Amino acid sequence: MSEPLLEVRDLKKHFPVGGSVLGGTRGWVKAVDGISFTVNRGETLGLVGESGCGKTTTAKLILAAEEATAGAIEFEGRNLADLHREQLMDYRRKVQVVFQDPYSSLSPRMRVGDIIGEPIKAHERIPRHAVQSRVRELLELVGLRPDMARLFPHEFSGGQRQRLAIARALSTNARLVVLDEPVSALDVSIRAHIISLLEEIQARLAVSYVFIAHDLAAVAHLSQQTAVMYLGKLVEEADSLELCATPLHPYTKALFAASLPSHPDEPREEIVLTGEVPSALNPPRGCHFHPRCPFVMPRCSEQEPFLVEVAPKHRVACHLYGTG
Amino acid sequence: MPPLLRVNDLKTYYFGFRGSRVVKAVDGISFSLEAGETFGLVGESGCGKTTTCHSIVRLLSPSARIVGGTIELNGEDLLTKSPAEMTAIRGRRIATILQDPMASLDPLFSIYSQVAEPAYYHRGFRGRSLRQRVKELLTAVRIPSPESRMKEFPHQMSGGMRQRIVGAIAQGGGPQIIIADEPTTNLDVTIQLQYLNLLKDLQRASGVALVFVTHNLGIVAKMCDRVAVMYAGKIVELQSVRGLFYDPRHPYTRALLDSIPKLGTREPLYIIPGQPPDLSALPGGCSFHPRCARAMDRCRSEEPQESRWDGGATARCWLVTEEAARE
Repeated sequence: MSEPLLEVRDLKKHFPVGGSVLGGTRGWVKAVDGISFTVNRGETLGLVGESGCGKTTTAKLILAAEEATAGAIEFEGRNLADLHREQLMDYRRKVQVVFQDPYSSLSPRMRVGDIIGEPIKAHERIPRHAVQSRVRELLELVGLRPDMARLFPHEFSGGQRQRLAIARALSTNARLVVLDEPVSALDVSIRAHIISLLEEIQARLAVSYVFIAHDLAAVAHLSQQTAVMYLGKLVEEADSLELCATPLHPYTKALFAASLPSHPDEPREEIVLTGEVPSALNPPRGCHFHPRCPFVMPRCSEQEPFLVEVAPKHRVACHLYGTG
Repeated sequence: MPPLLRVNDLKTYYFGFRGSRVVKAVDGISFSLEAGETFGLVGESGCGKTTTCHSIVRLLSPSARIVGGTIELNGEDLLTKSPAEMTAIRGRRIATILQDPMASLDPLFSIYSQVAEPAYYHRGFRGRSLRQRVKELLTAVRIPSPESRMKEFPHQMSGGMRQRIVGAIAQGGGPQIIIADEPTTNLDVTIQLQYLNLLKDLQRASGVALVFVTHNLGIVAKMCDRVAVMYAGKIVELQSVRGLFYDPRHPYTRALLDSIPKLGTREPLYIIPGQPPDLSALPGGCSFHPRCARAMDRCRSEEPQESRWDGGATARCWLVTEEAARE
């Protein structure tokens, strides 16, 4: 059943900093620094981490909006770097995105029918009435009325706009949808609508998701696998329910401790991290997390831990678990 | 002794051009705040939480007007105060922390001058003692090396640090009440936890009362003593925090609690049908009835009365009224 759709291997993206147009780089920001994961067909991979950890850069790399510095992205068994122009176009048809803010991701000057129809026209040569009927089907799929195709985005509420963004992402029969914080900007009651809609669509169309968020509860709810990122690296990856039950990496534990309780007497392991995420321009030596880690050991500041499988399908990069 | 703050039947409406449209953002809410307690105001966007806060400090936009009710601070009516008197109250007795720290700090002034301002105007600190006071305030919000940090400007600080600076400014006038309007929305989760713990520590040290405005029930569970749930400009339920989580009385509160993903389970979420209502065209009867799973005929035509329990809990729902009548 779990057949890989997207495989990311040792992916890196380094951005040059400083200098001028004539060159002379002062340093590199290692936004994504050697991460590997797999997204299975019809399944969801959750990607969690705080701002600046490289989640969004990872999303851009998957969407082929940025070129990787090193490493490989394989989709349906083919390396993204080897695709020529037409194949890349086809890749972009199959890999789509939904952004966080549905107010800035929909053009205010276009009618809904054109917004959803545009990717179809760009990728397929089909007559206009066929585009229109596809748009109507898509609107129904995301729980809106087909006649809403005539309207403009400002006539919709935040939750409805996010539905439009989902319809647009699905318009070209995408196989993988990258969801970059799709519910963070929405109200509580509307969040539940969108999460359930995404689940329903996955069950019907067997589409895969990469779900990027900082809300652990929502990620664990929607994804089978969850990966935790910190300063450009994966620190832990496991089955979502297992990760909730037995988080191993101190950073993952701290994230769980920081996620808010669901009732006032919920017992909490209080791991309050000191300080903030250090700059990716000059990350700490050894384990990137060691300056904030409550369980830091001498070797943490010298040696970098590697991601090692400590239990079936549970990988962690931490010296506490004898890795590296 | 009167409570620290008492809001009674407050009504704040927004008026469109020449009265073309009336938006009842806050429509008859009552609550009180005791010294040193944390009171939560929860609800979805557009339910009137922020308008309530702005009414208390009288910082409403020109189109809004308080059309009824009273707001009493230590028994004095704030609504009869002149703008100059309100200026003396804001910062000195009631301080605010707003959502976006970048928008509430002035990019052109140093951290020192911004943190010093309330201590200068409201508490009369001058010269060396003012400098000392700023240092204390920055230390209290755990800004490392405050002496050198106070010379810096907001853009040189991270988001979490800026929000802590805003916290220091709020403390500067030595207020009795701090109104925090979604103070952690833009922060990362580990920074959010640091900030919430910091606010609790400050509260323990100074005994200030907190009004916490949020849409996040997790923050309520962590921070608050009592909570009011707002829907369409009204408080639909007011309870102790434990009562709210273990024995919610209003169907809206229950639905909200059931619609949040819980860690470690994949149970389907409860979906509240429909959208939050348009405040200028509210449905008749109970405003929540079109989205309520247990709506009755009476809910469509008559507005529910407030039911009260011992200990000050209230709810506005016909189901609750009928249950109480049966008992």
